[in-house]
Amino acid sequence: MLEQPAIEAKKVFKSFKTVQAVKGVDLQIERGHFVAILGPNGAGKTTLVEMIEGIQTPDSGEIKVLGKTWKNHSAELHREIGLCLQDTRFIDKLRVIETLRLFGSFYGLHNDRVEEVIDLVGLDEKRRAYVVNLSGGQKQRLAIGLSLLNKPAILLLDEPTTGLDPNARREIWAILNRMKEESNATLLLTTHYMEEAEQLCDYVIIMDQGIILKEGTKNELLGEKKSLDDLFIDLTGRHLNE
Amino acid sequence: MSNRLRARQLGLLIASNFREIVREPGVLFWGIGFPILMSLGLGIAFTKKPNEIRKIAVVTPFEMVLKDTVVVSDKHLGSTTFIFEKMSWDNALVLLKRGNFNLILDQKDGQLQYHFDPMNPDAQLCFLKLSRMFQGKPEILPENAGQIQPLTVSGTRYIDFFIPGILSMGVMMSCMWGLSYGLIDKRSKKLLRRMVATPMKKSYFLLSMITVRIGMNFVESLLLVLFAWLAFGINIHVSLPALLLIFMAGNFAFAGLAVLVSSRTANTEVGNGFINAIVFPMMIMSGIFFSYHNFPDWAIPVIKLLPLTMLADGVRSIFIEGAGLFQVAQPILILTALGTLLFSAGLKVFRWY
Repeated sequence: MLEQPAIEAKKVFKSFKTVQAVKGVDLQIERGHFVAILGPNGAGKTTLVEMIEGIQTPDSGEIKVLGKTWKNHSAELHREIGLCLQDTRFIDKLRVIETLRLFGSFYGLHNDRVEEVIDLVGLDEKRRAYVVNLSGGQKQRLAIGLSLLNKPAILLLDEPTTGLDPNARREIWAILNRMKEESNATLLLTTHYMEEAEQLCDYVIIMDQGIILKEGTKNELLGEKKSLDDLFIDLTGRHLNE
Repeated sequence: MSNRLRARQLGLLIASNFREIVREPGVLFWGIGFPILMSLGLGIAFTKKPNEIRKIAVVTPFEMVLKDTVVVSDKHLGSTTFIFEKMSWDNALVLLKRGNFNLILDQKDGQLQYHFDPMNPDAQLCFLKLSRMFQGKPEILPENAGQIQPLTVSGTRYIDFFIPGILSMGVMMSCMWGLSYGLIDKRSKKLLRRMVATPMKKSYFLLSMITVRIGMNFVESLLLVLFAWLAFGINIHVSLPALLLIFMAGNFAFAGLAVLVSSRTANTEVGNGFINAIVFPMMIMSGIFFSYHNFPDWAIPVIKLLPLTMLADGVRSIFIEGAGLFQVAQPILILTALGTLLFSAGLKVFRWY
């Protein structure tokens, strides 16, 4: 029997009051692939990821994760998914190690996995620090660590490096590249940084105004273009960061 | 997940919530230190002093010869010292408005005139004592006024009335701010959303918050009662089962209310408004600082239905009247039912993100 794709979306629409955020998106992401959804603010990236994550329901169309819909399978899917949101704040006066242990307990994990993760995200020296005292980059590394605790089959990262300085951003990329080498997880990343998409992902989906403009491997997309930004200008007449 | 792992999850959630509270010094001060300081302040302020001082502004020109200080006394009512100060009418009026003086005295056509707010009981009493003194009767009580038999039984002082009230108010405030605001804050930080993206048992999360809050309320209340016993000698020989059950029922009612109030919004300012709209009317009307029988008769049946009134009246009857479990069974049952109802309604509409 053929293995189901990691993520599959068919003719997905989603509106909020007067805004149509996602307009008929079709998407298929195979297992083990690292995929970026690239687009400016308001492109519909976050809404699409929220539907994949199961916290929004499409107005029409269907989304399957590991071959299952969220309805009736939420408990199983939560075990298979790791999630990292843009600027999530954790409990300020909890230590790094305590936060990891708490989230580990949600998956029934023991402290040995927590130790592995604290090492993976390079927070060993900060294990006793309160979350509130971490820098922006360290907080985001903690967020990535929490999303990796359950060795997820699918990792969803919503703008994981937005607002971070270049050094902190490179540290996050290093963690994710290491994960790419060591596991068979699927990664879906939303970003408006071209460099991030280029660094981490082998497949890029370009979205704007709720639709997919173009998708493919970097080489397929770039063709004659120098960069993904050039391609985006070509497709929309605007820069990605506008 | 095995039962052992589930128990570990609940244990870590409880530990996290507990650490979040105790590692914040401000929370400890406002939760424990502030009610004790308030009871100390109000206890001292409302304890009858053996010598009351009343200041009288005397408007010049004043023909009668007055000493600067006159003391009138009674063996039961204590003494009152009147301090007279001469000044202009304008100055006297300003100082009366500021509360520096209790009454203004002047003379017109040889007649004494007393100026004060006749609706103010303290000013009324001051006038009665003062006018009697000017009639040449330095004793406070008129002749044939009957005999005073001072009450010496415990529970009749203001502090005896106040401590059960502030204990009940502490439960309400702690649940409403600690639970409601805590949940709204966690939702606004996307922490709730992040947590429900895991297989965490949602009921454990709320249960852990409520458990920690009730535990903290228990410690806060225990310290408050201990302090009131040591500082003011309040009665602590009370029915412990009745006190514990009504305390738990009150906590449960306010925890349910807190979950309902915090069930939807992710905006802390809106949450602030909701919480204030609920706690302020109860704080004023439920007989915490003064008896709700000061309100009009038509309002009293409504006030008695408020959860804070039920809790405060129940706790007060245990401390002051020596009520047992049977006497407070009704508020215990109503508060428990109310908590169940509000908690169920809150869970039904609760938004995790």
